[in-house]
Amino acid sequence: MIEVRELRREFKVATSKGLRRRYKTVTAVDDVTFGVEAGEAVGYVGPNGAGKSTTIKMLTGILVPTSGHVRVNGVDPSRQRRDLARRIGVVFGQRSQLWWDLPLRDSFDLLRSIYRVPAADHRDRLDECVELLGLRGFLATPVRQLSLGQRMRGEITAALLHAPELLVLDEPTIGLDLESKERLREFLADINARRGTTLLLTTHDLDDIERLCPRLMVIDHGRVLADGPLDELRAEVTPERELVIDLREPGPPPDVPGVTAVRSEANGLRHHLTFRRVETTAAQLITRVVSRVEVHDLAVVEPQIDDVIRKLYQRQAGQARASVES
Amino acid sequence: MADLVYARLVGARLRSQLVYRASFTIDFLTQIIAQCTELVVILVLFDRIDALGGFTRDEVVLMYAFAGAAFGVADLFAGQLDNLPTYIRTGSFDVLLMRPLGTLPQIMCTDIRLRRIGRIAGALGAMGYALAHVTVEWTPAKVVLAVLTPVAGAVIFSAVWVVACSVCFWIVEGREFANAVTYGGNSFTSYPINVYSRPLRWLMAFVVPGAFVAYYPSLTLLGKQDPLGFPGWTGWTSPLVAVLAAGVAGLVWRFAVRHYRGTGS
Repeated sequence: MIEVRELRREFKVATSKGLRRRYKTVTAVDDVTFGVEAGEAVGYVGPNGAGKSTTIKMLTGILVPTSGHVRVNGVDPSRQRRDLARRIGVVFGQRSQLWWDLPLRDSFDLLRSIYRVPAADHRDRLDECVELLGLRGFLATPVRQLSLGQRMRGEITAALLHAPELLVLDEPTIGLDLESKERLREFLADINARRGTTLLLTTHDLDDIERLCPRLMVIDHGRVLADGPLDELRAEVTPERELVIDLREPGPPPDVPGVTAVRSEANGLRHHLTFRRVETTAAQLITRVVSRVEVHDLAVVEPQIDDVIRKLYQRQAGQARASVES
Repeated sequence: MADLVYARLVGARLRSQLVYRASFTIDFLTQIIAQCTELVVILVLFDRIDALGGFTRDEVVLMYAFAGAAFGVADLFAGQLDNLPTYIRTGSFDVLLMRPLGTLPQIMCTDIRLRRIGRIAGALGAMGYALAHVTVEWTPAKVVLAVLTPVAGAVIFSAVWVVACSVCFWIVEGREFANAVTYGGNSFTSYPINVYSRPLRWLMAFVVPGAFVAYYPSLTLLGKQDPLGFPGWTGWTSPLVAVLAAGVAGLVWRFAVRHYRGTGS
């Protein structure tokens, strides 16, 4: 579905404010290579300015790459922008493609004309979205009067009416409340599973990834730092998990084999025991702990996805330092 | 089929504007008044003098009316290009690029300024008056020319607008420059061009083909010799100049958008 090889994009940025302008070249996307198969759901994450949006703009044909090879749906996006536009859907969380002053329904009608969708197909698809996203209550409301959550549901419907094989979402959940976020995620997971629509989404909300994307790509400074299933990345980057135990009576932490670090709080009532997932299983550790102390409650804590990504950034920075020093 | 899309986009835009009825009415009236103010300037001027560059009051009013109608129609369709810097800054331009349509027709259709109709109405009124008062030896060809002139003029003005606003792809605040050319062009074309100094005349008549909006067609209609020595048939070439100008504008726009996608943010 997406094929990207050594994709590169440079920008010229003015550096001096004097009369004589100087330009320096900034590389926003630096020889990125990846592929996405039809039906996949891929999360594309990275800090602000990492190159996510630039990549997306090149995939959708808005920007022309400086160099490298891109094919989306077998089409070169920058050369065949309009052909591609008919076959992919794009949602930008922070800009709207709806008609601000018109009822939501009118935007859908206009998009039907723009994308030349047969009336019957249009009706079916719209009905489905109306049903699943709960649009019925505000189809007749002008877009400017919609809440952000309602508008985002409208935006996603707008991007799906021409039945794209690929849906690209740039921060679709930004600014939404928890319930709206959850509703969107559920819907996206559903169309991915049922219709086989390929999803590529950028986000800062890692719950989006956890819920939606079996595969995660992490980008920073224009380079892909990691690419793989979330679970594998987690195991590779953060090999440690934590067992949290609450004791019946305050006491010192139990001394059990397999624990690599201990942190105690609440005057010894609660202890955080760190262990390595490859060496010790949670079950082993729990058996050892409960045989030594009286445990009131316990929980196994997986590292948060933010921790995974933070570790990836740190590792990258470390490597960069090492390569400078050598 | 594609044309129908644009018609529907225009329809949507009209409905959007009618949402704000009071604002629309006020704008509409303001535009008529603005257009008439310029007419008053001409009338006051002719209170003091009998002829301007060899043209009588009503003849100048005719030029003014042609220019006004052309500018009004161009403003209706192309005026919103003034907002191009906003489109670029807010990323709305990227939304246009995501759709399977050309960017220029999208901007023109989705952002029509309906209130500009006030300006056109004012100009048409003046045109009716002027045509009734100047002496024209009417032939079928001249009738066609009189009808085509505002249309060709609108195309020429729109082309100028597109080219001038394309600057915004390089200089984000290029709007001042663009306005100088477009609104300045309107004032220029409202008067006989032989009243201007030579460099300005050449610039505004042939680089920006403003003289073909009103001046030369009016000469032909009135059966007058060009004081500058251009042949009598020059007035008939306005539609041709319009087609040429539109072609050039299309190329410039394409080049500008290519530049944006090559180095845009």
